Amino acid sequence: MAIDRRALIKSLAVGGTAVAAGVAPASAAVRKTAPPGAMGMLYDATLCIGCKTCVVACKQANDMPAESAANGGLWDAPTDLDSKTKNIIKLYHEGEQESFVKQQCMHCVDPGCVSACMLHSLHKDEVTGVVMYDPTYCVGCRYCMMACPFNIPKFEFEKAAPKIVKCELCRQRIKDAAVMGPGGFTRYPKGQGPACCEVCPREAVIYGRRDELLAEAKRRIAAWPGKYYKDRVYGEFDGGGTQVLYLAHVPFDRIGLPDLGTQPVPETAYAVQEGIYYKIPFLAPVGLFAVLGAVIYRNRRADSVGAAEKEGKR
Amino acid sequence: MASSRRNDADRVFSDRHGLDRRDFIRVCTMAAVAVGLPASVGVKWAEAAAKGLKPSVIWLHFQECTGCTESLLRTSHPALGQLILDLVSLDYCETLAAAAGYQVEDALHSAMAANAGKYICVVEGAIPTKDNGIYCKIGGKTAIDMLNEVAEKAGAIIAIGSCASFGGIPAADPNPTGATGAPQILAGKTVVTIPGCPANPYNFLGTALQFVTFGTLPALDDKGRPRFAYGRVIHEDCPRRPHFDAGRFVQQFGDEGHREGWCLYKMGCKGPVTHANCSLQPFCEVPGAWPIGIGHPCVGCTEQAIAFRIPLHTTVEIEHPTPPDGYPPIKAHQGGVSAAAAGLAGLVGGALVGGGWVAAKKVDGGGEKAGTKPDKGA
Amino acid sequence: MSSHAQVHVAMGGRLMTRPFMVLLAIAGVGAVTAAVRFLYGIGAVSNLSNGYPWGVWIAIDVVVGTAIGCGGYAVGILVYILNKGQYHPLVRPAVLTSLLGYGLAVIAVIIDLGRFWSLWKVPVYVWRWSHSPQLEVALCVAAYTLVLMIELSPALFEKLRAGTSTGLRRLAERGLTLVEKNFVWILALGLLLPTMHQSSLGTMMLLPGPRMHPLWLTPWLPLLFVVNCILIGFAVVVLEATFSAAAFGRPRETVMLASLSRIAGWIAVGWSVFRVGEAALAGKLGYLNSGYGLAFMAEVLLPLAAAAILLSERRRQAMWQVRGAILLFVGAALHRVDTYLVAFRPGQAFSYFPAVPELLITFGIIAAEVAIYIAVVKTFPILEGPVPAKKTF
Repeated sequence: MAIDRRALIKSLAVGGTAVAAGVAPASAAVRKTAPPGAMGMLYDATLCIGCKTCVVACKQANDMPAESAANGGLWDAPTDLDSKTKNIIKLYHEGEQESFVKQQCMHCVDPGCVSACMLHSLHKDEVTGVVMYDPTYCVGCRYCMMACPFNIPKFEFEKAAPKIVKCELCRQRIKDAAVMGPGGFTRYPKGQGPACCEVCPREAVIYGRRDELLAEAKRRIAAWPGKYYKDRVYGEFDGGGTQVLYLAHVPFDRIGLPDLGTQPVPETAYAVQEGIYYKIPFLAPVGLFAVLGAVIYRNRRADSVGAAEKEGKR
Repeated sequence: MASSRRNDADRVFSDRHGLDRRDFIRVCTMAAVAVGLPASVGVKWAEAAAKGLKPSVIWLHFQECTGCTESLLRTSHPALGQLILDLVSLDYCETLAAAAGYQVEDALHSAMAANAGKYICVVEGAIPTKDNGIYCKIGGKTAIDMLNEVAEKAGAIIAIGSCASFGGIPAADPNPTGATGAPQILAGKTVVTIPGCPANPYNFLGTALQFVTFGTLPALDDKGRPRFAYGRVIHEDCPRRPHFDAGRFVQQFGDEGHREGWCLYKMGCKGPVTHANCSLQPFCEVPGAWPIGIGHPCVGCTEQAIAFRIPLHTTVEIEHPTPPDGYPPIKAHQGGVSAAAAGLAGLVGGALVGGGWVAAKKVDGGGEKAGTKPDKGA
Repeated sequence: MSSHAQVHVAMGGRLMTRPFMVLLAIAGVGAVTAAVRFLYGIGAVSNLSNGYPWGVWIAIDVVVGTAIGCGGYAVGILVYILNKGQYHPLVRPAVLTSLLGYGLAVIAVIIDLGRFWSLWKVPVYVWRWSHSPQLEVALCVAAYTLVLMIELSPALFEKLRAGTSTGLRRLAERGLTLVEKNFVWILALGLLLPTMHQSSLGTMMLLPGPRMHPLWLTPWLPLLFVVNCILIGFAVVVLEATFSAAAFGRPRETVMLASLSRIAGWIAVGWSVFRVGEAALAGKLGYLNSGYGLAFMAEVLLPLAAAAILLSERRRQAMWQVRGAILLFVGAALHRVDTYLVAFRPGQAFSYFPAVPELLITFGIIAAEVAIYIAVVKTFPILEGPVPAKKTF
């Protein structure tokens, strides 16, 4: 019995050490940064007039049906992002404060949904950093929906062969490479960029490379100090950084942008998971397996020896 | 109506209309712009007319009310009605022909022979097909034969009005004469259709004058309608559209909304599925002179599937709904609890746990008669 | 299955008893509802939404379901690692319960998966594997279900060996020898895999961190889930042993279960102390003053109440063993449901409560589990009995 207990303790120790060895460095590991060619959007809530042209353009560009069941088929009136809506304009209204807000995928630098996906059905494009969906490898588990702090991926609950639906920055429209345009933004030829940005009549939402957009956002903040909430760009560091950036004159959490801190969403879960399984590949499970096998083997031998002795004594 | 030679356009126009060349070019330009063609086209017309190069037009009337011709004659743009008579050579037209009997028949045949492959064949009215087409005969010939004959050598075929385009009123149920449109008779030929009851004259003029000027036909949709006029549904450009987006509907003729000019959708307006430019190109240039303009729902006269088929006050489905005039809040409530589900869950969960708890008493003793089923307390 | 001398016997008796038919009916209703789901989509039968993508099918059928299937794991640790051979009679029925728990969790997963026809790609497309904790769960659960089948295969072989066909008898002999020979590593795998995927079930809910209630969000979640599954495993073993003994008129294992109860009781105490201690150290006790606090307290107090019973002298009575086990089960299962459903907060805008058809599927799965258990123990040598029974039930 003593041997067994010792073995057990040993096994726990092996596993524990592996976890400890893994977790500590993993959390200190360098955080992911956006790829140099990362494309994104910049939405400025102070410019948006709520015309919803982007909502209509998004539906057309992505060939999405209207969400009109609730109103007898009269209007496309989604109340939130859903399986038929990848982009929406919402209204925040509280006392004197009022603001529109555009909602779509944030294209996180280190996305929770991608970390959740088993076969990289959701994955980040290596060049543009756009979070893309490939239904070929999707089993429809909806873990991505659980993992997204912005509540972006939507699921076609109404279909027998459902898919995940989310903004992919109109990647299906792209045919040519993006080039630096006269406005100082790297863009695709007309008609190939994100539809919402191309139709916005006030350029409240623009697209380009993330670093260019970030510079533009900071330029606006510098040009109009005090105009923007906390003189801050949401998405620069929030949730580990997002490729869609926001400027607003109202608190971000009031317009549906959660206060995530600077920690990437998947960091804790991955620190644990990487620590146990991948830091030193499969050391913990293999080690535990070996220990368990050894203990069982010993116990059994001791057992049969004991039984034989008993036999003998009789 | 036979074609006549004129060598000096200035003189002729001065004689007939009191217009000089400058005025004539100006009128042509205005006409061109009115039908959506470039202003320079007007100059070309004037020059072509001056050279006497007027295309021949053969206008066929079948089962119809002549409303399309009538409305065409009432275009109020300066002298437009006369203009086309001088820009084109209207060689055969039962309504407008001064001649009659053998004379007019002769005019038809000589115009066809002289301009074979170049003349414009305009069809107005539906063509009866039942009983070999005997329900419409002119000069002893059935409409089918006449149309086939004239269309055979035509440079362009234009069906004006809903009747010629797809049968229109004559083809409405029960359609006793087997009436049908020109495109159905002339299968395989390009027939430009200008549906409408009556058709907007400018849509016809734009098409005809483009052919006159460039020898080409405008881009057509799958039903043969020129896209420049029939590319969008009325709903998209409707002057009452803001009321639709805001959800302000006429509920009954004469109600407050009706007097205020609200949206007529719920009165059966076919605007959302009717492709036409009624709201953009005022009918004979009288603003508001169209059904919706006077407070009546659109009847869908340019659509074969709707006009004279779907009852006036039946509402239609919106093809591509767009957002209404309003916004969802940042967090709109979704989901809820059904009382039945809550009851069921509570009942079963409670029964399992409670049942297990009570059954525990039974297993305590002997156990032979205990718990009727193994319970995992799930 | 092992060197222990034991007699596993089939319980025999008429299969189509009234309770059995009731269970079949409930399972049938569930199956019909599931058919509707496959024809018309998940939305047709459930209240799952874009705010609550996971509902009772995941939280109860899969997450609690696999924990019910941890009876084999919990007893396995006792018998083979801690070398408590006296609990051996509990092993085979516990493994059967485990197989049923996992098998039906797999069925629930297939019902819940929107694109279940792509599931085969998960183990096959190795080069696309991510580091998602859910991938680990998926692979491990699949592997463990296979291992459980192998662990239970001696029951089938023994049945065949007792049969009349010579060929089958030879096959059964060979199968038994094969399992016996590879017993050590099969068993090690049978203990390793639950450790892996039960902990990963905890890791999984770290990913929705920003939307999790702090009382349930702790990096210790993987450890909590392993301990939790052992608690549920013990509870299920007690319930299963007692009720099956009562139902089939078998000799009681009350004494054995009493000592098992003691172990479970101490783990329950440890569980509760750890839960409160962790919350206190992380400064989360302030959250107790809310509805969430009530759920948290239930998770702590129910196992404590169970421990109070299971560590007292009352544990020697079958009645109190059962009641303790029920309290333990409810408390521990509550933690799983809380973590996967209650603590997940997609925002005030969303609410979730299962729809009636959704519940019917869940009940159908549970009923099927119980029905199959009854059918199997009546047909195959699973439970230990003194005599080759020819009893009528």
